[in-house]
Amino acid sequence: MSGGFADLRIRARQSAGLLTAIGLCAALYLFYNLNHPRGFSSAVLIQNSNEAFALAMVAMAQTLPVLLGGIDLSVGAVLTLVNVAASHVMNGGPLDMALGAALCMGLGAACGFMNGCVVVYGRIQPIIATLATGAIYMGVALFLRPSPGGNVDADLSWAMTNDLFEMAATYGFAANGEAAWFRPFAALPTPLILMAAVAALVWLPFARSVTGRTVYAIGSNEGAAYMSGLPIARAKLAAFTLGGFLAGLGGLFLALQTSSGAADVPQAGAYTLNSLAAVVIGGTSLLGGVGSAVGSLFGALVLRAISFNFRIFEVDPLLQPLIEGMVLLAAVSLGAVRVLRVRNTLDLFR
Amino acid sequence: MTDAVQDAAPRRRLSPEDRPVVIAAGFVLAILALGTAYTLWTQGAATLLSPTYLLQQLQVGAFLGIVAAGMMLVILLGHIDLSVPWTIAASAMTATAVGGPFAVPVGLAVGMGIGLINGCGVAYLRIPSMIFTLGVNAVAQGVMVAQTGGFAPQTAATPLMQYLAVGKIAGLPAAVFVWGVVSLGMVVLLGRTAMGRAIYMIGAREAAAYLAGVPTRRVIVASFMLCGAASGLAGTLLAGYSTKAYQGMGDAYLLPAIAAVVIGGTHILGGRGRYLGTLVGVILIVLLNSVLSIMQMPEAARQVIYGSVIIAMLLVYGRNDKVTQ
Repeated sequence: MSGGFADLRIRARQSAGLLTAIGLCAALYLFYNLNHPRGFSSAVLIQNSNEAFALAMVAMAQTLPVLLGGIDLSVGAVLTLVNVAASHVMNGGPLDMALGAALCMGLGAACGFMNGCVVVYGRIQPIIATLATGAIYMGVALFLRPSPGGNVDADLSWAMTNDLFEMAATYGFAANGEAAWFRPFAALPTPLILMAAVAALVWLPFARSVTGRTVYAIGSNEGAAYMSGLPIARAKLAAFTLGGFLAGLGGLFLALQTSSGAADVPQAGAYTLNSLAAVVIGGTSLLGGVGSAVGSLFGALVLRAISFNFRIFEVDPLLQPLIEGMVLLAAVSLGAVRVLRVRNTLDLFR
Repeated sequence: MTDAVQDAAPRRRLSPEDRPVVIAAGFVLAILALGTAYTLWTQGAATLLSPTYLLQQLQVGAFLGIVAAGMMLVILLGHIDLSVPWTIAASAMTATAVGGPFAVPVGLAVGMGIGLINGCGVAYLRIPSMIFTLGVNAVAQGVMVAQTGGFAPQTAATPLMQYLAVGKIAGLPAAVFVWGVVSLGMVVLLGRTAMGRAIYMIGAREAAAYLAGVPTRRVIVASFMLCGAASGLAGTLLAGYSTKAYQGMGDAYLLPAIAAVVIGGTHILGGRGRYLGTLVGVILIVLLNSVLSIMQMPEAARQVIYGSVIIAMLLVYGRNDKVTQ
């Protein structure tokens, strides 16, 4: 079966970025755990996956517009807006909270849909359109919560930001987490499960649908996609809406994690910038058409693993921004290898 | 008779290049009228139209105007410079740290140096400017935080920097003169020099410009250096304005600068745009901000209005062609 082998090689080459990100993430995290006094313990893993969740969602959200060949500068603002909204609605009875969670997810998707409408029907470049809508979302967030605060149901917050055992113990299923069948995965952190679930149940089905393939096609060559009769407008709207939905998930989780909401403008900016960095590290091309949200997920984990290592080695906090900047710059400069391979100078200008 | 003559005269229509400028200028007047109506109603005086107030706005706008001028060059190329915030801060911090007669040149040189790095990454390494300048911004921030210990440096702006920022020449703010000189330089550069033509060509299609013999990489590097120098100049002036440099002093300039350039009709993907438009765009944003603060709008409403105005303006004249092939 040499055909199978060749197929495997092509697949490996196509997902080189993803594999690099996974390898980098594994190496960095292994290194961190080896040097952590309580390395390889469930407590460390839970804390780390809590810290990584919001960025992972925002990075996945950013991937969709980037695959289209665009960009979404409003992901941080959507995250903040949903975070603020969640700090208002995520309490009360079970029904209230279920409605609240649905509202928060719907809000994120609505923000994304509005981005999509401005880009598709307004025909405004995504970079400037999302810059403007981002300001609007941030304004609404500031309006909803001028100063940090809010109230989030403590049980839910506890259950979502711990391992599955605590989840079962809080809500009394699987014999409060003591059931024999539950044992093997009781120590898995809930946010890690959620991350995997979003990737498997939201991203993968989307990427394999006609709409998802159209997103890739638009990123490669919009004119060709149009001439092939692909549903361009629908794919763009879907991509932005799904992006908003994912960013909203990040905001919802942030509210559970911090038990509050804050319309923090610098924090929103940092999330947007880090989402771009994660997308690039995850092997998605900023020119569109190549990459995947799973890669961005690992890109986000790489970024977080780097800062975990800072913590363990007690790097001078004053040097941390510099090292983070250097890592980002080095990561994106890896893309320059292409320049060395180009034989025809005209190929540079693509 | 007169009717016939009027009909026979060729109907002058606005060229696509002029349309954004005229509409943005109309919007500036609308903001002024609205603001004046508001002040007449609440204070009984047309504060907005007093020369002192307008000059003060021009002075505040000069910093944004200088940043936007540099930003326009790279946007015309089809690139973008996201390293503006920390280029401003790094120049200001270095300038105040050096002090003495060399403060201003050093501030400019720091900006130009950061621009050189940006330009090399974009032109020679072919890394998308969006992400490369973002990385350079992070590195510049890192260097400045490591150097200053994360606090505002204790050093003060030199008298020359303060004079350039807040001094008056013949009753007009000196900063406006600096802005004027930068603007004049931009008009000459874009309209009268080979490099200006090359910038438009590269923005339209870089491969074609390259085949036509334009040294595209050098033009890109030079443009990024000029953009960095403009940010450096703005940083130096800003330090003079507030008598010292501080962390995050440039954060408030990146997005308004991009917005000003785009509202002024420069295409975000490059190749099209006039400097006059950028000037009008800067004035529009400065006036909008000041009218909103006169109305004592809360920050929340200001953000919403700010975003809505950008979208509304672009819906009027900044729309792309429909993809049909």
